[in-house]
Amino acid sequence: MFNRDRWQEIFETIRKNKLRTFLSGFTVALGIFIFIILFGFGNGLKNQFQEFFLDDATNVIFLFPGKTSKPYNGFKSNRRIEFKNDDLSDIKEQFPFFLEYITPRISRGAVVKYKNEFDNYTTRAVGPAHQFAEKTILMKGRFINQDDIKNKTKYAVIGRLVAQDLFNQEDPLGKFIDIGNSVFKVVGVFQDDGGDREERYIYIPYTTRQLLERSNDKLDQIILAFKPQIGHSGSVLFERKLREFLKKKKSIDPSDPNGIYIRNVADQLKQNQQFANVLQLIVTFVGLGTLIAGIIGISNIMVFVVKERTKELGIRKALGATPKAVIRMILQESIFITTISGYIGLFIGIFVLKNIGVSLQDYFIKNPYIDTSTALFSTMILILFGGIAGYIPAKRAAQIKPIIALRDE
Amino acid sequence: MIKITNLHKSYKMGNSSLHVLKGIDFEVEEGELVAIMGSSGSGKSTLLNILGMLDVLDEGSYLLDDVLIKDLDETKAAKYRNQFLGFVFQSFNLINYKSALENVSLPLYYQGVARKERQEQALEYLTRVGLADWATHLPSELSGGQKQRVAIARAMASKPKVLLADEPTGALDTKTSYEVMDLIQKINEEGNTILVVTHEEDIAKMCKRIVKLKDGVIVEDSKVKQVLAADYV
Repeated sequence: MFNRDRWQEIFETIRKNKLRTFLSGFTVALGIFIFIILFGFGNGLKNQFQEFFLDDATNVIFLFPGKTSKPYNGFKSNRRIEFKNDDLSDIKEQFPFFLEYITPRISRGAVVKYKNEFDNYTTRAVGPAHQFAEKTILMKGRFINQDDIKNKTKYAVIGRLVAQDLFNQEDPLGKFIDIGNSVFKVVGVFQDDGGDREERYIYIPYTTRQLLERSNDKLDQIILAFKPQIGHSGSVLFERKLREFLKKKKSIDPSDPNGIYIRNVADQLKQNQQFANVLQLIVTFVGLGTLIAGIIGISNIMVFVVKERTKELGIRKALGATPKAVIRMILQESIFITTISGYIGLFIGIFVLKNIGVSLQDYFIKNPYIDTSTALFSTMILILFGGIAGYIPAKRAAQIKPIIALRDE
Repeated sequence: MIKITNLHKSYKMGNSSLHVLKGIDFEVEEGELVAIMGSSGSGKSTLLNILGMLDVLDEGSYLLDDVLIKDLDETKAAKYRNQFLGFVFQSFNLINYKSALENVSLPLYYQGVARKERQEQALEYLTRVGLADWATHLPSELSGGQKQRVAIARAMASKPKVLLADEPTGALDTKTSYEVMDLIQKINEEGNTILVVTHEEDIAKMCKRIVKLKDGVIVEDSKVKQVLAADYV
């Protein structure tokens, strides 16, 4: 297979035809380079999209109380509905088949102080399961737990940016902060992929919040998660049953569109997923398009190269080159050039992608990348087609009678 | 060395066909220097191309060194060309990106001669045509006469049975033409068989035998007293 003499002949041809070599090599390298860059950007766009829309748990249903718009069962319309603690336990009891976890959420703004630092933050009074609903990631300490709920402890879990603002370099764990004039002990610090806003929240037990507000049992909203295995259709059924149950319990007209609002993240998720799929499709299409353009480019160059060499091939044949020798020479040369320049384009592309990746975050492209297998596969495809593109004209040239090739000027 | 009987060749030109060679019988002995003459369109180049296996015959038979040349595919033809024949063309047909030495060693490459030996042999042939000093030069750096001498060295490098020259002096001035003919005569004196296609009387007279073609048939075939090109150089 390896023939030193043949390679020497090819290297000589490459060395002595620098422009031709450069042109064909450049086409291949550029093709791969553009493919890598575009595909990487597409992936970056997808990443950004995923971060924007898909950072929370995907099996979550939000319940909000509203005002009724119809009189029902002796009640006047325009009545404000409120969630109470017993709604939590009723839902738990009623839907064990569907329910994964449930947590209330009571949001209040408050001035928060530590030593001389203070600022306005939103506190969220929640249950332990809230950690899963928001995909909160704990950096230090722990989240609100069941004991906190039971004992109405004055413990707080603060966001990364709250810790940064109030504590500077100090370790916030175990320190006491003042939230709306009551003192809380910091038991945890968290971060969240949802962005800066999410990291400025402070979580406290919901029972503590109720205690502070004159021991009521009111809840702002209820967040619950269905078991993932029931799927989207199961969640729709769950949502319907939940609505029926709550409307009956709260004496709301079954046909009243207001009163209770339910937002199923799975619905949203489905739309977002569709959008993500379209994005993926566009990325694939762009990638495929560039690849095809690259292949056409190489084919053109190869046809041109063989055409340019027709006379030379005629001379070689007159001197005793067999058609096989002619084809082998052209193929070996073209595959050698496409392989080398293909990998050059590949490495430059990946290098550029890695280095400009961070600066593109402002343009909705996050962490652009191309997985190695796609990159290698596309390079191989390009080399393969470069070979085929060289083979067809080479075969034709090898079959031309030398007398005709020699006449070619 | 060469024996041709009843050779016919025609070319298709659209719908009509052009009958170029109409029954040629022709023999060449070893060591001959033959001029094939004729006006343009007489079929002399076609004859040479068929002798050189660059083209195929329609009818008749062709024996080269007692080998019947028949039903050649391109691979076989290439091998025969490489073994039996050396070519010299009017337009030199050197590969323009290869040096004189590389051009001369190319037929040896296709014979499978090792690189070092190839270059030694090529240099030897370049020396014989007086161009050893020009071995590393590209064809574009050589004069017409020098190019043709490189082409002759290349043709001789594969040690062919027959050297075929198609208007070897057609692109050269008179003085250079005689120099090239002098070289061809010297090669012939060493015992090589050479066929020269030409339409110039003075070039033809420098051969030992003149074959005249007209309208696809041989009209004259005579041995002549050779004029030595060296006398004019």
